[in-house]
Amino acid sequence: MTAIVATVGRVLASVDQDYVFQARQMQALSFVVHIPLVCFGIAFPAMVLFVEWRYLRTGDSIFRTLARRWSKVMLALFAVGVVTGTILSFELGLLWPEFMARFGNVFGLGFTLEGFSFFIEAIFIAIYVYGWDRLSPRLHFLSGIPVAIAGVTGSLFVISVNAWMNHPGGFGLQDGSAVDAQPWSALFGNFYLWHEFVHMYFAGYIVAGFLVAATYAWGFLRGRRGRYERTALIIALSAAAIAAPLQVVIGDWAAREVATAQPTKLAAIEGLGPTTSGAAEHLLGWYNGHTVVYGVKIPRLLSLLAFHNPDATVQGLDAVPPQDRPPVNVERFAFQTMVGIGTLLALLGVVYLYVRLRRKRLPTSPWFYRAVVLAGPLSLVALIAGWITTEVGRQPWIVYWTMRTSDAVTGASGIPVGYGALILVYVCLASGVVWLLSRLRSAPLEVDRDG
Amino acid sequence: MAEIPMVFILAGLVAYTVLAGADFGAGLWTLLAGPGRAGRAATRDHARHAMGPVWEANHVWLIFVLAVTWTAYPRAFGSITSTSAVPLFIAAVGIILRGASYALRGQLDGTRGQRVIENLFALSSVLTPFALGTVVGGIASGRVPVGNATGNIVTSWLNPTSILIGALAVATSGYLAAVYLAADAHRLDERTLERDFRNRALKAGLCAGALALAGLFVVHYDAPPLFNGLTSDSGAAMVVVSAAAGLMTLLLVWRNHFGPARASAALAVAAILAGWALAQRPRFLPGLTIDQAAAGRSTLLAVIITVAVGLAVLLPSLVLLFRLFLRGRLDPAATPDSTVLDSPHVAQKRKTRLRASFAGATLLIGAGATIFADAGWPRAVGIVCLFACAISTFGLTATEPEEQM
Repeated sequence: MTAIVATVGRVLASVDQDYVFQARQMQALSFVVHIPLVCFGIAFPAMVLFVEWRYLRTGDSIFRTLARRWSKVMLALFAVGVVTGTILSFELGLLWPEFMARFGNVFGLGFTLEGFSFFIEAIFIAIYVYGWDRLSPRLHFLSGIPVAIAGVTGSLFVISVNAWMNHPGGFGLQDGSAVDAQPWSALFGNFYLWHEFVHMYFAGYIVAGFLVAATYAWGFLRGRRGRYERTALIIALSAAAIAAPLQVVIGDWAAREVATAQPTKLAAIEGLGPTTSGAAEHLLGWYNGHTVVYGVKIPRLLSLLAFHNPDATVQGLDAVPPQDRPPVNVERFAFQTMVGIGTLLALLGVVYLYVRLRRKRLPTSPWFYRAVVLAGPLSLVALIAGWITTEVGRQPWIVYWTMRTSDAVTGASGIPVGYGALILVYVCLASGVVWLLSRLRSAPLEVDRDG
Repeated sequence: MAEIPMVFILAGLVAYTVLAGADFGAGLWTLLAGPGRAGRAATRDHARHAMGPVWEANHVWLIFVLAVTWTAYPRAFGSITSTSAVPLFIAAVGIILRGASYALRGQLDGTRGQRVIENLFALSSVLTPFALGTVVGGIASGRVPVGNATGNIVTSWLNPTSILIGALAVATSGYLAAVYLAADAHRLDERTLERDFRNRALKAGLCAGALALAGLFVVHYDAPPLFNGLTSDSGAAMVVVSAAAGLMTLLLVWRNHFGPARASAALAVAAILAGWALAQRPRFLPGLTIDQAAAGRSTLLAVIITVAVGLAVLLPSLVLLFRLFLRGRLDPAATPDSTVLDSPHVAQKRKTRLRASFAGATLLIGAGATIFADAGWPRAVGIVCLFACAISTFGLTATEPEEQM
């Protein structure tokens, strides 16, 4: 019996061991599932607390009803987030054991810290959501504050690891492994952390805000325009509409950091072959291996955007050997998707703010609400496209210019089987969550009195 | 110093086994809820209700264990996760399903296919502890060598020791859950449920005890070094403590003292995990001691500081949660709080103009400094201004009343 099992094991293990592509897809899939929940972790507790604070200030029970309902959604999304987050930490080991083995001593601390954030979030979210009616109003409000803080610090710690992968430091190398690791300075003394974090923080409000607003805008179009719905729509939409235009400024900052610290990534984003002074920017188009064809060319714009100088020299892809370049068209497509959608969302935000602040009302045109309904899913697409830009642009390195992704992947077989199984499970999970949210949404308002 | 993070890891494992184990066990009882005197639905509702508020916090212990392991013992972590990929993947899928059942808590009632979905969830709570147990068995019996997937991907977890520990993990989960749910039923004055779970606790406890005894024989033949460690010196002492605590728990459950029974059950789990660690010490994986596996000094120090500070925040919070929870302050359907604030009609001074100018000014300074400053503190000031602008604008848009159209 044991012999048979051992033989089966050897047969399985002798299958082609190079699963980098599947492993990357699997990691990306899990990430795509997890990252929208992170947005809600960053932004939603603050929004719920704001609503509850309004209730405490005004005594208007509509705010209390709204906060209660939102807090239930918050808990459900958090529970799913715990699960998808656990899966991500499993996958770091399952898919990239060499990465963990050689560099875990440098960046692992970020996840240990994140674990504690997660704990605090889990504890207080339970007290908050189950504590309606049981705690005094003030105490209940206070119990929500750690949730909002921990949601932000948790993402800060995880992003510190990502910033380190993109801009590694704080260790010495010996036989390809990190030695003399200085985890604190590696993670938090890294200037690359700050633009990534602020960019993600604003993205959290854009995604959570527009997604929540989209559900109410949908209701608006169907005639559900009571005071309750208007209040909910105004709060969610305000958060997103303010964050979206400001994100343009933050994005400019991020782009310039990438230009100086990761010139190859920038060259891939723009499809810039040779190193060029006064480089042009191309909208759309296709990179044919040397230059962008079929695109709209805007002279000198790239130099201007990347270095604020129309004559600045921008390093091209040719500066590094072909095997050290990321896949250019994926990178360009992802980046342009993010920027394109981001621009539209910013415009939508400005329209809303103008009407809301100058005319002191909500926009009346149904087209505005149709746009908001679209903005929800689009903001999610932009978020994912942005992360693809960051992570695909880092390739072929898992630790930038230090360790190749292909050297980090597991030697265990069966990755394709796991990939298939994971897709299946996630599809089920996603449909479950959508179904749950629609059920929570359609629950009659009175139910909340005892819910 | 190299061993301190290992103590954290073991403590995290004990917490995970005791807390999340009780949750997985609750799933097991949903699956086996047939023969009880209380109905299937009552059993299921009770299990779900009893776990609801603490579910997330219980499961974060696993993330804690993983994160400390890969930070403090990266090479060992990489070796374990690559060789034991299959059971870890099974556990991961099980955790997804288990989590989904909590995210959907209570919402499934009365829908079609409810039974099938519930059974799927329950099955996942048997699979997960079993799979995680087999990983422990693989490590304990020395079947996980150092390196990227250098061990046998099948026999590293389908071997006598692994299967035994997997089964033991399932039985222990069922046991912990039954003790816990009996105590909760007692608190809620649900006599039938209390009796059901008491019987289940006794059965599962005997099962776990029998498996533990059988385990000593299996380990004797399958993993002699582990057996020697468990039967000599401090390892043996821990086995004795664990056995005594286990018997004590059975006795306490028999006498309906569920509260103390929880504590002694946790002690039994802690003692056997400590016994395993002592039996293996100083070996972590074959040919790799804890000292050799440990990361450098700064990393270990950082982990120790982080965990110490983290626990200082975490433990009071956990105590608060469990106190509220165990005293029923987080139970659903309670009497609404009577403190209803009257509308105070805060005299809304028209500070709108001031706020608007503030938002405008911070926007200009913030955008200017962020775009034109190259680095350092001017940019930091710019970012802070942008945040200030966002908050003040939000104050304007979200609180101003609408004018009637």
